[in-house]
Amino acid sequence: MSEKKFRQKKWQTTLFFTVIIVVTFISSSITKFNFIHSMTTFPSAFTWIFSNLMITEESFKKLPTILTKLNETIFMAIAASTTAAALSLFLGVMGSKTTKVNNVFSVIARVIASFSRNIPIVAWALILLISFGQNSLTGFLALFIGSVGFLTRAFIESIDEADQSSVEALTATGATYFQIISKAVIPQSLPQIISWTLFMIETNIRSATLVGILTGTGIGYSFDLYYKSMDYNTVALITFTIVITVILIELMSNYIRKVII
Amino acid sequence: MQYDLATHMKRTRTGKISLKSGEKSEKVIQLTVLSFVVLTIAAFFFFDFTGFQFKKAIVETAHNLKVMFFMPKLSHFGFGEAIFQVTITLGLAVLSTILGALIAFFLALLAATNLSKEWISRTVRVIVAFIRAVPTVLWVLIFAISAGLGSEAAVVGMLFHSIAYLVKAYSEAFEEVSPGIIESLRATGSSWWHIVKHGIVPSTSTYIMSWTFLRFEINFGVAVAMGAAAGAGGIGFELFMASGFYFDLREVGFITYAILLVAILLEMLSTRLKNRYLPSEK
Repeated sequence: MSEKKFRQKKWQTTLFFTVIIVVTFISSSITKFNFIHSMTTFPSAFTWIFSNLMITEESFKKLPTILTKLNETIFMAIAASTTAAALSLFLGVMGSKTTKVNNVFSVIARVIASFSRNIPIVAWALILLISFGQNSLTGFLALFIGSVGFLTRAFIESIDEADQSSVEALTATGATYFQIISKAVIPQSLPQIISWTLFMIETNIRSATLVGILTGTGIGYSFDLYYKSMDYNTVALITFTIVITVILIELMSNYIRKVII
Repeated sequence: MQYDLATHMKRTRTGKISLKSGEKSEKVIQLTVLSFVVLTIAAFFFFDFTGFQFKKAIVETAHNLKVMFFMPKLSHFGFGEAIFQVTITLGLAVLSTILGALIAFFLALLAATNLSKEWISRTVRVIVAFIRAVPTVLWVLIFAISAGLGSEAAVVGMLFHSIAYLVKAYSEAFEEVSPGIIESLRATGSSWWHIVKHGIVPSTSTYIMSWTFLRFEINFGVAVAMGAAAGAGGIGFELFMASGFYFDLREVGFITYAILLVAILLEMLSTRLKNRYLPSEK
């Protein structure tokens, strides 16, 4: 590299970092974010966490009720992910370049996916809350819609990437469209599809907590309830059970992924 | 064991040659799909259907969606204010992404197996796994107790997941740097910091930037959520107010469109970056 090029590169890097710093400062001024103050909250926050977020015997008595709520959340997350996966598989087959029926359906599938993916789950939860009221179904539908968007994109990619030779072989034997899809396309991308669905379950359990706070269901509701009544020992217990659940599910899906892919 | 083809071939009970290979992976796939089905059916029995009337809800939702998406209108604040609220949400996302990237960069150096000791890298990974397991909203609410509700709790809370995500992405990028580069720098007597500065950073900078932008896209959605659930302000908070307090469907529609627009723009940009700079998944 010549000296001139080096100098140009250095200048570009400087410019890039200047832009980043300026953007950061603009952001911090419009959001009224104070760097120094927020950094000083770290020590106090952690002291607070270690002195107050302790699971006591008293809070431990609430474990059965918490576990039933947690169960509700887990089931909601799983059901939302699997039903979304079923619909997404259909949309994915429609939307993929290699298996689409015609361009109209392909565009429709992609638009549905983009629409449901780009409106955050919280927005869906708030929209559905108005007419569905506070029950599990609201949370389920919010998670379902968000998952459909994400999974359809993932499935389209998996189907696009799949090897085309078996599709070609089946076409040569005169197989119908449905036979090709069910015998060549789906079996090939099934490991990917399962892997993405498992990922979605993990994500949905975390989002379900958030949705639960808004829709008044599941573990999110319990958290909100004890948080607002300042019963921090129970809050600690709830957080702990969520952490255990998420880690267990992650370990399980890592194992499944390792075996099937 | 005999490898005679006739005996080795698996047969069904009727004597037909079994076409399934019977591998472990196939069994696991079947088992997983089966448990998905069972759990999903079970889930619908666990649901709490209090105060839910199916027909009424469907009709109402259809009507609400129609009002929201076909008649969007602002009534509690003006257009300029709406744009300002979107910028606040973007600002929250920018802050948590940039601060997260800065911290994650150093942690990723410690987590990359080719740059750090094994026990350090393992410790960082365990910490990151723990951080990821706690939902963002809980981090925000926990920090809100000591920092007060507002942008500081939101940014700090969102920082945790940004760091966890970026540490994973960065450290994987660092680990893919060819060992030759590190070795040749080490042979010249470079210090650890020199290796990072002249070997690792130049060869991974495009990855770092692309991953950071991908996280920024995610953080925009998270920032909307935190505005709604943790009262951090921004367009998410306005959405929460419009739907939960004013029941103003037309305003909900307008806000949803505003969020959708920004999200689609960000997605288009990040897809471009991804296709250009990142190798396909895995």
